[in-house]
Amino acid sequence: MAHENKREPLFHIVKRMDIKPGAKVGIKVLSIFIGLLIAAIFVVALSPKSNNFFGFFGSMASGVFSTPRRFWKYLLEAALLLGVSIALVPAFKMKFWNLGGNGQILMGCLGTCVVMFYLGGKLPDPILWILMLVAAVAFAGIWAVIPALFKAFFKTNESLFTLMLNYIAAILVGYTISSWYPKGTGSMTPLTNGQLPIINNTPFGKCFLPIVLFVFITTAVALYLKYSKHGYELSVVGESENTARYIGINVKWVTIRTVLFSGILCGLVGFVLSGAINYMMSTNMDSNMGFTGIMVAWLSHFSPIVMVFISLFIAFITKGMSQVNEDFGFTDENLSSVITGIIFFLLIASEFFVSYKIIWRADAQKVVDKIAFPFVWVGKKLSPVFEKIGNFFTGLKLKLTKGGK
Amino acid sequence: MKKGYKGIVLAAMTVASVAALVACGTKSSGAKFGLITLHDENSTYDANFIDGFKKACDAKKVEAKVTTGINEDNGCYEAAANLVDSGCKGVFADSFGHEAFIKKAAEEFPEVNFGHATGTSSKFANISNFHNAFASIYQGRYLAGVVAGMKLQSMIDAKTVTAGADGNYKLGYIGAYTYAEVISGYTSWYLGVKSIVSNVTMDVTFTGSWYDEVKEKNGANTLIDGGAVIVSQHADSMGAPSACEAKGVPNVSYNGSTAAKCPNTFLVSSRINWQPYFELMIDNTLAGKSYDTDYCGSFADGMVELTDLGTACAPGTAEKVAEVKAALIAGTTHVFDTSKFTVTVVPADADGKNGKNTAATVDADGHLTAYAADIDGDYAPDANVNVVTNGHFDESNASKYRSAPYFDIQIDGINLLNVAF
Repeated sequence: MAHENKREPLFHIVKRMDIKPGAKVGIKVLSIFIGLLIAAIFVVALSPKSNNFFGFFGSMASGVFSTPRRFWKYLLEAALLLGVSIALVPAFKMKFWNLGGNGQILMGCLGTCVVMFYLGGKLPDPILWILMLVAAVAFAGIWAVIPALFKAFFKTNESLFTLMLNYIAAILVGYTISSWYPKGTGSMTPLTNGQLPIINNTPFGKCFLPIVLFVFITTAVALYLKYSKHGYELSVVGESENTARYIGINVKWVTIRTVLFSGILCGLVGFVLSGAINYMMSTNMDSNMGFTGIMVAWLSHFSPIVMVFISLFIAFITKGMSQVNEDFGFTDENLSSVITGIIFFLLIASEFFVSYKIIWRADAQKVVDKIAFPFVWVGKKLSPVFEKIGNFFTGLKLKLTKGGK
Repeated sequence: MKKGYKGIVLAAMTVASVAALVACGTKSSGAKFGLITLHDENSTYDANFIDGFKKACDAKKVEAKVTTGINEDNGCYEAAANLVDSGCKGVFADSFGHEAFIKKAAEEFPEVNFGHATGTSSKFANISNFHNAFASIYQGRYLAGVVAGMKLQSMIDAKTVTAGADGNYKLGYIGAYTYAEVISGYTSWYLGVKSIVSNVTMDVTFTGSWYDEVKEKNGANTLIDGGAVIVSQHADSMGAPSACEAKGVPNVSYNGSTAAKCPNTFLVSSRINWQPYFELMIDNTLAGKSYDTDYCGSFADGMVELTDLGTACAPGTAEKVAEVKAALIAGTTHVFDTSKFTVTVVPADADGKNGKNTAATVDADGHLTAYAADIDGDYAPDANVNVVTNGHFDESNASKYRSAPYFDIQIDGINLLNVAF
């Protein structure tokens, strides 16, 4: 019998049936730590300047914490990313893969700038602000509702549809700019009328209101998803359209309504970007947040609280890495993209180890034990801390789910 | 057994801390200066700035802080503010569209000197720490055109090219945007070629981007298919030079030699060497002195340069280049000598549209006699300005007008295949 001669495979993978919250946190922290370690080694090895190993972590931190401007800009970036992520969640929960976040943000910028450009100075600013908001929301909403209509009535693929609309939105923005500034090089100068109010002219004063806005929106959307009838309907549609139909949910209407909502929220990000931060638009003002937001939403399993932390983490990596680039003298962006990619990759990979366990063959297990020893040792030392963090999240989750479905 | 691990961990920690100590010893001290670039070192245009900036900082023993990939939007202001936060005493941005945002930063941080390449507004802004800088690169382009003209003449002599039905040889040019800097560049290159071979015309195609490898490659192929026998470009990727190399068409590059990747077709490249200007900025900033808010470099201060000639160049080119360069410096030859080209003026129709060269005044033969250039950067002719003096168009005159180019005339013999703004 052949199979008797066969050796046991080196390892096999089993699904974890029950994972302690502490272990979950531990695995994630460990993978982020390994990611940063690899990144630091890469950076130090390749840097044209002779900065030391710990300088990498110093630069990461100084890019975010060293001055009030950096700190507030960091929080603002995290808040914007949070805004985009939470915007995507309703659609994602319904299993409508909205990959058009970038385009919807840009349409929000376009709506805002159209009002600022044509009506600025002709109407008092407060009226402008309202019109800017309306236009941003309308433009982005239309951009989201087009693929939703096609999905609802013609069963088209929403991923491709929303993706392609990103390009059209970018081209529309570029076209509008070049029609406004017909002899330049396709860039726009800041508009002076219709700038949204700031508290004062400090980094705090400029960033605080948008941050508060997105924290508020995130809370509101979380409550909407958890407690409203709409939130329940869209998750049923996501689970099974047939079930939804059977219990009398109008699937077409729910699809359109939810995607419209998602687009409107993306439009709000565009409204803030153009109206409160940049006072202009450009074809890449979305900074790819429509895609990064997907990562945030996915990694957090749509939990708004976790989303806050992931947004803060991703913004930390992006801001920190740009400071590392400056301090370590890198002038090739591909390099920093690779390093950022490594960190993100390890963070995403940790999801695998949260859900699955690798069981090694007995002899291999011994080797693995040896290699893993330092990590296990550190892990054991820190496990009470991870336990506490894990319990905190579980507690929060319980609190939030109570009273829900 | 456990001892073994501790040994390894200890050893690793020792190595790391020794490395850290060694690294600390070599850290540079002193002032910091910042550079903001549109793309990164993979773009020839930005690489030219990064290179010059690093050299200038090394020479002046200050620390160089470079931020790459900054778009022409408010992100440029943020990058500038961030460099100020890093402790930079001077910040320079390299792209035309950065200007408004550098100006905004200059107003906010009066203690820091800000500079900007190719910009147009410092003359009118009256902000003492906001500076524009450029170089009379049109002279360098003209000289590069002379090199191409020598090559063309040798190709005509060897009968490897034939004239078109109109008796002219056709040149090709890929431009980024249809505005003064690019127009000035291709016109001076064309006039350089024309000074050697008089019967030439040129097709120009625009990409609408400073860096788009595919469009630049396609543009070059379109021009070559349309009969262009020598091609040059004002766009920053390797798209056009590599397309020329593939088809064996001689190429004149900009801002850096492409000889390594295109050994068979590279002729020469004109470039602006920014190092002298960066040194000027660093010196004056450290000394606490104010300096010209608009500065135009030239052959004299080393800012306008030609790279080494490629192996594909015609014999006798070096001597001819030396001769023309001397004449340009002496002022006996002018690039935009109005007797060397003609201009067709088409008045605008009733709606103010469809006009061509409406700011120009020409004599009966079509030679330029006066031109109301746009100096203040509003893309409209300035009625009280006439930049034609003593029989030539006075380009990039920083003391009188501004350093950034303002030659935006569509002269006869150059045919625009498209336009892009």
